[in-house]
Amino acid sequence: MRITLTVNGEERRLDVEPRRTLADALREDCGLTGTHLGCEHGACGACTVQVDGTAVRGCLLFAVQCDGSTVRTVEGLAAADGTPHPLQTAFSHEHALQCGFCSPGFLMLTAAALDEDPAVADDPDRLRELLASNLCRCTGYAAIRRAVRRAAGSGGTEPPAG
Amino acid sequence: MKPAAFAYTAASTLEDALRELAAAPEESHVLAGGQSLVLEMNHRAVRPTRLVDINTVPHLGLLQTDDAPDDGARLRVGPLVRHRAFEQPVDEGPLGRLLALAAHCLAHPPIRARGTMLGSLAYAHPTAEWPTLAVTLGAELDLRSVLGHRTLAAEEFLAGPFTTALAPGEMLTEARFPVLPSATGVAFLEHRPTAAGFAVLSVAVALRVADGTVVDARIGLAGAAPRPVRAPAAEGLLTGRPPTDEAITEAAAASAETVADPPADPPAGIPFRQHAVRVLTQRALHRARDDLTERT
Repeated sequence: MRITLTVNGEERRLDVEPRRTLADALREDCGLTGTHLGCEHGACGACTVQVDGTAVRGCLLFAVQCDGSTVRTVEGLAAADGTPHPLQTAFSHEHALQCGFCSPGFLMLTAAALDEDPAVADDPDRLRELLASNLCRCTGYAAIRRAVRRAAGSGGTEPPAG
Repeated sequence: MKPAAFAYTAASTLEDALRELAAAPEESHVLAGGQSLVLEMNHRAVRPTRLVDINTVPHLGLLQTDDAPDDGARLRVGPLVRHRAFEQPVDEGPLGRLLALAAHCLAHPPIRARGTMLGSLAYAHPTAEWPTLAVTLGAELDLRSVLGHRTLAAEEFLAGPFTTALAPGEMLTEARFPVLPSATGVAFLEHRPTAAGFAVLSVAVALRVADGTVVDARIGLAGAAPRPVRAPAAEGLLTGRPPTDEAITEAAAASAETVADPPADPPAGIPFRQHAVRVLTQRALHRARDDLTERT
């Protein structure tokens, strides 16, 4: 089927089988391999991308369902001049990645959440609920929490417990 | 893994979707949120050869409270209402609070942004949140096909794990939840080993109290039986009495008797499930009582 996606501001005309997931279409048909695939059943969140501003699992959505949609991937997170997104800078500062496999998913998840409501960084329960969406096997999440708080301008330190 | 090949149709109206389903009822599947269907397809546990996408149909996102002519108000939920619509209370009363408690237990934000309540009911996972609440609260479900329309109680609709009354060619078009009276305390609790995956057990409670006495007790259990069930013995022990600690302890013990033929997955033996049902029910009843006292 012929579809058109706007990926990171660029119009992409693709001819895909209906069974092509959005994540595979981005990787295989658009050559954007920053979106990673881990489990392919919605559990790990490595394939999280934004469709029309909402963070979704790229493995649980068919590309044909996104015809006419705007898709943002990790390749579209930095500014056009190459300046990293505040979350990318914060992930680096706070050592919020080790192997980096989960990072694209975490970045797209948290970028969408901060765009929607930056106050999520100041609410420990909401932040925990958000970060529980994706799996990271390296960091133990504390550094990712700090990075999101830093990017939101809340400082990199943890809020008091409770 | 990748799904097997299928033909894809984006429906333009509900009638169009039903016609598409009727063209090959046994091979077709409705695609709404897809957050369970697509993962099952990725595993090739299900292999529909035709998908009828209803995301392209306008006006399926109905979410509103209507006064029923005979018996009180109903919350009406259409086929494209996503889980996240319930994260904030959809009404000011106990129903909105109870749905929000369950919504926050349900998967995680990206799944809640796509998955739908009616899709979850049609998937019928034995410990999924919406089927549990639908049984607890006595929701009504509308099923539609080109042949016509029928309405079933959630209890009749949910036949067992991943098994419903949906016939080939039929789709769920609306769920209706009775709006709970304001003097109702609610709670929803799950037992789950990790934040990922489905709960082993869950308990939903709605306690309506008048003049210090329980006049309507609803206790719904998931993970106790092949499908969500109510605990009538426990409800009976509470009704007509004040919700004292003693009454709650007795009702919680009685709720454990509901455990029979529980789901095999995740593995948990009957003695464990009985114990956990009792503990969760006791906690949920205390919370429901606290919920009521906090607001009156």
